[in-house]
Amino acid sequence: MAYIDPHIHMVSRTTDDYQRMAQAGCVAITEPAFWAGYDRSSPQGFYDYFRQLTDTEPKRASEYGIKHHCWLCINPKEAEDVGFAREVISLIPDFLECENVLGIGEIGLNKNSKNELLILEEQLALAEQLDQLVLVHTPHLEDKLKGTNLIMDAIENTSLSPDRVLIDHVEEHTVRAVLDRGYWAGMTLYPDTKCTPQRAADIIEMHGTERLWINSAGDWGPSDPLAVPKCRLELASRGHTRSLIDTISFHNPQLFLSQSGKFSIE
Amino acid sequence: MPENAMNQQEIIDRYFLEHRAKVLDIAAFLDRLDRCNEDETDFRLEALQQCIAELQTDSEGRAERILLLLSDHSSEPIESAGTKGATGAQPPHS
Repeated sequence: MAYIDPHIHMVSRTTDDYQRMAQAGCVAITEPAFWAGYDRSSPQGFYDYFRQLTDTEPKRASEYGIKHHCWLCINPKEAEDVGFAREVISLIPDFLECENVLGIGEIGLNKNSKNELLILEEQLALAEQLDQLVLVHTPHLEDKLKGTNLIMDAIENTSLSPDRVLIDHVEEHTVRAVLDRGYWAGMTLYPDTKCTPQRAADIIEMHGTERLWINSAGDWGPSDPLAVPKCRLELASRGHTRSLIDTISFHNPQLFLSQSGKFSIE
Repeated sequence: MPENAMNQQEIIDRYFLEHRAKVLDIAAFLDRLDRCNEDETDFRLEALQQCIAELQTDSEGRAERILLLLSDHSSEPIESAGTKGATGAQPPHS
């Protein structure tokens, strides 16, 4: 019954959520750096956030037997001010030494602007230079299709190998291109704005399980920290095998994340 | 490929009531708008009407086609973000 939630923002969740996730079988999580719902007023705000991700959250998670890992970056929603974003990026290399940091993420685009793209390219260059895994956020709703294509084009201007990049928040109109271009793909299980557990199960039935995972992306908005076990239940109730369910919610995340050399469930 | 693990009858038995409720939600939403008695349209409502028309087609791939209907199909980055949010359908001016 063990599962991994490879994308969840526990800084926005209560300790009760850790308890419920542990009771549902969660053994490890990864937490990408993201927008907190407001813009930080200084790079120091990010320094404190990175300390929270590398020090506070691993301790909180360990109380419930959950291994906590994270990804660091400046998110695209705070990337419009290029000077500010570069100051934040300059903080990242030192934190990459921390034992629970798996790579650069979640970088990507939000409104598909020129400055967002510039900062994405600079963070891809950092990942390239420091040989880091990459976790990519694709834009919301009407911006997703265009943003996903711009992001894949930007990655393909680097030497990063697609099998070391996970492109997250795929839906029916983006999943095929992401997989066909050799990337890993993440399906985020949201009640309204991304995939429901039912649609994620449909996508698995249409596209298979290779290089695909599911995550809750639980955060401060409408989201569900138990979305991964709910999708496992959806798959089981349709009659899918335990092997398939474990592949999508345990073995695939483990396989991708282990490329970092730092991922552990112990 | 895993494919459907259920047959047609099992899928209908399992999911019909859930989707009956969703259709009723859309109908009630449109009724609510009608009760406003306002003539002005909105690009999101126009997009929703296109999505409803897409539901009437009879070939697989409706979810993907609806997402494409609701997507920005331009390919160049915009000059600046301006806002952080998304509306769910492509605004006419962009």
